[in-house]
Order: sequence, then C-alpha cells, then structure tokens
Amino acid sequence: MSYIEAVDLKKTYTPKGASPVHALDGLNLEVPQGTVTALLGPNGAGKTTTVKVLTTLTRPDSGTATINGVDVIASPERIRPMIGVSGQYAAVDENLTGFENLDMVGRLYHLGAKQSRARARELIDLFDLTEAQNRPVKGFSGGMRRRIDLAGALVMRPPVLFLDEPTTGLDPRSRIGMWEIITTLVGEGTTVLLTTQYLEEADQLADSISVIDDGKVIAKGTSDELKASIGGQRVELSLVSQDDAAAAREILTRFGSTEPAVSLDGRGFTVNAEDAPAALQLILTEFASRGIPLYDAGMRRPTLDDVFLKLTGHAASVDDATTSTDTAEAASAQKAQK
Amino acid sequence: MTATIPAMTPSTTAASPVMNWLNDGWITTRRNLIKIKRVPDILVFTTLQPIMFVLLFTYVYAGVIDIPGSTYAEFIMAGIFAQTVVFGSTYSGSAMAQDLKDGIIDRFRTLPMSPSAVLVGRTNGDLLINSISMIVMMATGLIVGWRINSSPLEAIAAIALLLLFAYALSWVMAFIGMSVRSPEVINNVSFLVLFPLTFISNAFVPAETLPTPLRVFAEFNPVSALVQAARELFGNTPTGSAQSEVWTQQHPVLTVLIGIVVMLAIFVPLAVRKFANISTR
Repeated sequence: MSYIEAVDLKKTYTPKGASPVHALDGLNLEVPQGTVTALLGPNGAGKTTTVKVLTTLTRPDSGTATINGVDVIASPERIRPMIGVSGQYAAVDENLTGFENLDMVGRLYHLGAKQSRARARELIDLFDLTEAQNRPVKGFSGGMRRRIDLAGALVMRPPVLFLDEPTTGLDPRSRIGMWEIITTLVGEGTTVLLTTQYLEEADQLADSISVIDDGKVIAKGTSDELKASIGGQRVELSLVSQDDAAAAREILTRFGSTEPAVSLDGRGFTVNAEDAPAALQLILTEFASRGIPLYDAGMRRPTLDDVFLKLTGHAASVDDATTSTDTAEAASAQKAQK
Repeated sequence: MTATIPAMTPSTTAASPVMNWLNDGWITTRRNLIKIKRVPDILVFTTLQPIMFVLLFTYVYAGVIDIPGSTYAEFIMAGIFAQTVVFGSTYSGSAMAQDLKDGIIDRFRTLPMSPSAVLVGRTNGDLLINSISMIVMMATGLIVGWRINSSPLEAIAAIALLLLFAYALSWVMAFIGMSVRSPEVINNVSFLVLFPLTFISNAFVPAETLPTPLRVFAEFNPVSALVQAARELFGNTPTGSAQSEVWTQQHPVLTVLIGIVVMLAIFVPLAVRKFANISTR
C-alpha cells in the first residue's frame, strides 16, 4: 500500500454569485514511501485543494484519503503530528522574527521552551538564516520567507512533507536553493508531495509526476515517460513576411511529425519532430533553397504548455490568470508573486 | 545546503491536555504581545484616542451639557470607558480576518495544537490592550476632575465589568472576523455599527434629554446598560437624574453580567467550531 493514498476525492466550491467550481473532480493519488510525487498543473487545477485535503485543512465532499493507513478525514488529530506543510505563500507571522516564528512552532508542538529554542537555532543555521534570525519576517526577501516557512514545517522533522508550489515567485537562485534543500530531505527518506506549475521543477525533483487539470489526474508517469508521450523536441521558426505562410506550412508538414501549430500573428510556426536536429537542418535547407527569409529558427524542449495542449487541448498558461478558473489558488499565486 | 537536517526526538513526555491547552493559549497570547510591541501604532492609537476623547468631551461639552447634581467630567467618564473598550474589542475581528488572509491560520491548523488556542491568544491580546487603555483613561480622567465616589471594591468591580464585557465582545468579533474574512470590511462595518450604538446611548448625554425615539433606543441599548453599570459602581450617578422605567437600566450590573455570560456561552463554542472547520482556499 502506498504511504499517501487518495481515492476519488471530490470537492465543489460555490463562490458568491458564480457557478460552482469543481476544485476536485474524482482525484486519485498514490505516493509510495520515501518518494517524491509532483502534482503538475496550472492555476485552478486543484493542486492546492488536494494539499489542503491531505493536510486536514479542508474536508472533501466525498472520497477517501489516508496517510500511512490513518484516515485523514476521520482522524485529523492523528495526521497532524505526522505531517509538515509549506505553502505557496509563506505562512509565517510577519511581526515575529525568524527565530520567534520557529520557536513558536516548536512550542505549539509541545516541545518545551528549552528544546524549542535549541531546535529553532539549529534550523536557522541549517537554512542559512543566521544573520536575519532576529529581524521581523516582514523585511525578509521572498527566498528567505520560503526558507523560514519550510523550516517551520521541519521543526518535528515529519515523515511526510507537503510542499505547495515551493518555488513559485522565487528568483532562479532561490529556486535552486530550495531544490537543494528538498533533495537533501528526500535523500534522508522523507516522503514528499509537491505541487508545481513548472515541468522543470517536477523533472528535477520528482520520482513520479501526476498531471492534473480540472480536479482530475489526466496523466501520470516519470518525467521521461511524460516527455515521451508529448513527442520530444519541437522545431520553431518565425517568418519575416506573412506572405510565405503557405509555403512554410507545406515545408514543416513534410519534415515534422505533426501538423504545424501557427501563432496568432500568422508568422510563427511550431512542429514536433522525431529527430529535431536533423529535421531543423532539412527544414532550413529547404527554406534557403526557396529563398524564404526567416526571422528566427530553433529547437526547444517540451514545456508545460505542450503537455497541456497535448493532453487537454488547452494551454496551461501559467501567467494568465483569466484562463484559469477564478479560485483562490490563482489569487494566492499572484499574491506570492508580488 | 549540504548538511543534513537532523531528526527531532522530543525529550518531553506527553503533558496532560489541560497543560497543553494552557501552553497553547499562552504561546498564541505571547505572539500577540510581541505584535503590540513591534507595531506600536496599535498601542499609540489605544492610548492617545482615549486621552483625546476625555479631553475633547470634558472641555468642549462641559459648558453646554448640564448634569444636575454632578459635573460633566464625572458623568462622561463611564461613557468614554465603555466606548473605548467596546471599540477595543474589534481588533479580534480584523486580526482574525488578517491572519486568515496571510495563511498563518493554515499553519496553526496543521499543528497538533488545541483548536481554541489561537482564539484564546487573540482575545487575550484585546484584553491586554483594553487594560492599558483603561489605566490611561482613568489617569487622564482623574487629572480633568473625574472622581471615584465609591469603595475600592466597587471601583475594581466596575473595571472588571468593563473589561469582561469587552472580552466577551472580542469572541463575537473574532467569530465575525472569520466569517467576513476581510479586515477592511470588519473595520468599516464595526465603525458604522458601533459609533451609533455608543452615541445613541446614555454615554455622553443623559438619555432623558434625547428625543423620544432615540431615548427609547438608548434605554434598551446594551451599551447604555454597560455605561450605567460603570457609572453606578464608580459612584458617578448624578443625584438629580430621573429613574428609568426600563428594567435593564434599573439593574444595569445584572444586565451586563447576563450579557457577558450569554455572549461567551454562544460565541466561544461557535468561534472554536468555525476555526476548526474553516475552509481556507
């Protein structure tokens, strides 16, 4: 049996004056002990709701969830000592210092004053927050906030860790820092459920990826399996003149493995290719021989948008909140980016 | 980071649920005390505003409002005490809404702590702020000519009654704060509700001087009962005042005690349940 198991979770919200939102629509999930599973999906897909159900914060309308065999819905008080949670926005007290925040968490775990202080100091050192430990969190950078929040989740060093978009809104350096911390934890046997909008993050950290959309898991597998399923690399080019569009379409259809996708302005083309470097060479040769001028040409690896286009027929569009359902998940992500 | 994260083995043995509850309540109270220290505008507002009210009312209206058998300074203080502590209890509403918004409630709710602890800490914070306000107001009142004309025991009872009423109201506000979830709405609405409630009462003028509809409202207004109770216990009731026909005005101390018990009996369980089941998303 898997360490974390969710079966047919359903949850519907009805925002005031709006039609009901099916945040979870029959979601199934299995996370084996000591592994990392990433929930990959756009804003509003149900990632945060899944984490909230599994961390006892929200009750699902129906379905079951267990962690190490303990029923999450029936016995939340037995789940809480087993889990650590770090959210997409840092759930720390802005007015307390980094040290005071961790000390408070320790005491609320009933560690006692002496042990709470010692643990807080230990975590502050490990998370490189020594210089900032006596400043109110208010003045912390985004990366420091996430670190203190994650440290808060590790006060008891729980066997299960839930990380809800741990790097959304972080700069690249802080993101890599978070990845290192998570990798260390996993190396020590922690079971992790991670949500992310970034394929690269899932790729780096996860043993298994569950792609979710509209409250359901629509695909799962290892990173390589998922990439293979969406057809490897793409050839992308853009024309100088829209007049050459018909010719470009014809050439790309001939050398690519799929119908070319055309951008909105009619000058950009994308096509899948089995052997992208070879296809690109052939395509460029053909354009050169016909004398069609190109503005840009190249290859790229699949992105989350490609996974979504392939699996759902709509774009994941992580930056455009209007395409996602209007849930707080989108709002929180925006808040985190501020 | 290359170092490993050491495991945690709690050295303390499991304490009794009562000890844990006391611990959790104290830790969350301490969180709010630190906030008062770090965000001094709360403290400045809660101390300067009552001073301003005492000075404005006693000096601006003293000449206009005639209190038979007493002075306006003697009369007004119970009203200012009541108004200030009632407004002081609204912090619990906006603070709970703010904590929900910030996500820290999520953190607390994933910890194995007692579900009432955050609310206990929050309402204790209000109680402390109100206690400080009371001390400042009483000192200012004594300077401008207010006097306690009753026994020390009665005076202590008056202070306790004011603070307890506000404490019970803090639980009501905490519940509303978790339901409304917007600190701005809480602030604006409590202003719109509490200002008329404190002004259409016997707090600043004797109720019998008001036009009939307002007088009826004022006599049944719970704030009037609180003001009347404080006035009686401090020995500030004007000798020449007309005896009210309304029971709550005839037995203000009992009325306020009943009010406190009813508010706590209803809103402590309601707020704790709301906190335990609140779905943040």
